[in-house]
Amino acid sequence: MSAIFRPYSPSDSQQSDRSSGDRQRHREKLREALKENIADVISEQSIIGRGPDSIVKVPIRGIKEYRFVYGQNQPRVAQGNGDTEPGDQVGKIKKEGQGEEGPVGDQPGEDYFETDVTLEELVEIMFEDLELPDLEKKPLRVLETLGARKRAGTKRAGVRAHLDKKKTAKNRLRRKLIRDRQQETPIDPGEEESFSFDKRDFRYHRRKPDIKYQSNAVVLCIMDTSGSMTVMKKYLARSFFFLLYQFVRLKYRQTEIVFVAHDTIAKEVDEDSFFHKGEAGGTKISSGYKKALEIIEERFHPTLWNIYAFHCSDGDNFSEDVPLTLKLAEELCKKSNLFGYGEIKPGGVTSWGVSMSKNFEKLTSDNFVTLQITSKSDIWPKFKAFLSKEREPLELEEG
Amino acid sequence: MAIHYDLKDLERWEALVSEQVAEFELDCYPQEFEICDHVQMLGMMTYHGMPAHYPHWSFGKSFEKTRTLYDYGVQGIPYEMVINSNPCIAGLMRDNSLALQILTMAHVYGHNDFFKNNITFAHTQAEHVVARFKAHADRIRSYVEDPSIGASGVERILDAAHALSFQCNRNQQIKRLGLQEQKERKIKSSLLTDEDLGRLHEQLVVEPDENILMFIRDNNSALLEWEKDILTIVHEEALYFQPQMETKIINEGWACFWHREILNSLDLPDEIYLEFLVRHNQVVRPIPGDLNPYNIGLTLWDRIEEKELGYARRHAEEPISPEVREKLFEIREVDRDASFIRRFMDRETLEKLDLFVAEPQDSDWIVTKIARDDEWKEIRGLLANSVGLGSIPRIFITDMNTSSTNTLYLEHEYDGRELEANYAEKTLEHLYSLWRHPVSLSTNLNGSEATYLISEDGAALQRGVMDDEFHIYHYGLDI
Repeated sequence: MSAIFRPYSPSDSQQSDRSSGDRQRHREKLREALKENIADVISEQSIIGRGPDSIVKVPIRGIKEYRFVYGQNQPRVAQGNGDTEPGDQVGKIKKEGQGEEGPVGDQPGEDYFETDVTLEELVEIMFEDLELPDLEKKPLRVLETLGARKRAGTKRAGVRAHLDKKKTAKNRLRRKLIRDRQQETPIDPGEEESFSFDKRDFRYHRRKPDIKYQSNAVVLCIMDTSGSMTVMKKYLARSFFFLLYQFVRLKYRQTEIVFVAHDTIAKEVDEDSFFHKGEAGGTKISSGYKKALEIIEERFHPTLWNIYAFHCSDGDNFSEDVPLTLKLAEELCKKSNLFGYGEIKPGGVTSWGVSMSKNFEKLTSDNFVTLQITSKSDIWPKFKAFLSKEREPLELEEG
Repeated sequence: MAIHYDLKDLERWEALVSEQVAEFELDCYPQEFEICDHVQMLGMMTYHGMPAHYPHWSFGKSFEKTRTLYDYGVQGIPYEMVINSNPCIAGLMRDNSLALQILTMAHVYGHNDFFKNNITFAHTQAEHVVARFKAHADRIRSYVEDPSIGASGVERILDAAHALSFQCNRNQQIKRLGLQEQKERKIKSSLLTDEDLGRLHEQLVVEPDENILMFIRDNNSALLEWEKDILTIVHEEALYFQPQMETKIINEGWACFWHREILNSLDLPDEIYLEFLVRHNQVVRPIPGDLNPYNIGLTLWDRIEEKELGYARRHAEEPISPEVREKLFEIREVDRDASFIRRFMDRETLEKLDLFVAEPQDSDWIVTKIARDDEWKEIRGLLANSVGLGSIPRIFITDMNTSSTNTLYLEHEYDGRELEANYAEKTLEHLYSLWRHPVSLSTNLNGSEATYLISEDGAALQRGVMDDEFHIYHYGLDI
């Protein structure tokens, strides 16, 4: 008996994508895993400073399927080239997370998947499970804008796009019923002649301008760019600003971002020079705050704008500048939804307590937060802590 | 090597191949070939060749992974995929050249013969396999569609069941006695005091049981019918795949042996014959630093023939003798990889294959034993112990506390290889999610006895035995 052949058919091949449902579910699980690793992901240099549509390739640890398996460091049998001698090195043992080469059995290697997400998606995932404060409730900080027009009844003339179909059909039916009643002999339904629409039936939506309440926000990034701010410090600051901006942007229809760089004097700069141009010399934090207050005064009046201000520095300041700094910081608190001070100290806590953060202990405004960032892994938890401050007064309001 | 051919050519060549199959008295199920493209082949690999299979995310993962490896050229797609069913179903890649198709068809017949005749496959009911998998898929889909269960409910049980699916009876030829029979056997075989007898009557585990999923199904009354059904399905499928894992080396070697024999016996045009030689050598060449089952299997079969015959036959010139064939047929019926290696891997073959033992030292793998030295038996022993299910730790249920705690006691049969701790903990969490009462697993870690304990409070690892100082590590657990 000879074999049966089932010839290839391309249409079968189209339909044969039977794994699509399982792949979909797997991707959902990868997304969940991505959420868990988000802190690692956001501290990657490559995602910061990109447009929202740009594609980010994120390597994430695959979804593991756990079973009872043997540990990695067991003797193994493998095959050689024909002249293997005792003592030959035949492979390297790699640490967790790198997989393994050399004589490989069925060890629990690490699965890594590289997944493509847009930055937009990534941000969405990041904030998905951060119980976000409902910022738009703040009554003072909404702006009336002329939005789309709203329907307001109907009128007899208009353009076709605004035709009120339901009302028009009703009018025709009404006219037909009236005519039927007026006629002596009822019309046999089988012989129903066509009863067309008449110009009198047509109704159009009337529209009126609609006032929408829009909320605007501005993120004021203030950074010490004096000589002591190293590339690493700037990088940590930048990661924090990135998160803050993404977060605010998600909640407000219109979000602006302003960069204020300062050493002993402050200026408003563009993003590029903010992060890349280093300055030399000493530090006067008050200059940065003064500049920020000026910008608020000129362009972002607090009745119209939700203001998020954040200042990053390594904590050094001229001691004679401290009283003025505190006074201006208080001023900034009054004008902002949230004002934060982040002290960037990579490599650990050396002078924590004697620097600006110590001075800021005197500042008691509810919406003021100080943080300390020592490493990449600090950024996400510290950011969450920062936002929780935003939540507190609102909970009071609602409770 | 673009040799143009159509289905007619394939049929013609298949007729010649199957003629040789009959000539050599291979004993096969009826054969079906499906011509498929690489997407279909990836699908076949993902679902183990099954035309219908229940859904689970792990198959999505497997598909993505295989496709990525394929796209990046790390790993090719096999020329064929064949399943143990009656009729035997095999997929043939349509991109294969004609020479490759002929080789592949011959290779498939080798597997087909092995499936039909090897005793490890005796329990698989090849004639019902496809229908059974289809029925499983239908049942699981019906649970997914049941609003009271849903996809996540099914997934929860499947995840846990998959984690334990190969913790099952390793030898289907040895019939496991029922609980009552085990008790009778115990009473017969030993002198028991009245107290022992009293306890024996209450015991739910008499002889150690490695059938974890089935034990849970039969002894956890809290499980719902659909949950029990999923455990049954996963267990049944594991039993179906078990023999394929157990016979990778012997089965691939057998298929290679016969495709070589069949193609040598056909009157192939030079062009095809040359390509066959190239392809054959690609498939059966050794992979340094790894183990190529094709290479090891074929080498062993050749070695057996050589011993029977008294010399190494030149395969292209001299056909196999019927007496030797009979001897080979006997072996293909009774062996699995572990026994095949123990019986036929001699020192000479080990040397020829250049098999060695490597051990981890600092961050390197260092060769510690080679076949030329007197330790060749140790190499063979280690190899035999690590093939097939030997790569899966053997764990037995040894006792169950029938009091209120219903604790399940497990023991890892320690053979010098330690459990990977992180995987062990996570697998125990799966086990706990099915058993829903405390589970204890004793094993050996860093040279001393250790017990994992998992209960409502989470998982804990207790190192040291009872009297020793306890070092307890707690792990977070969410079930």
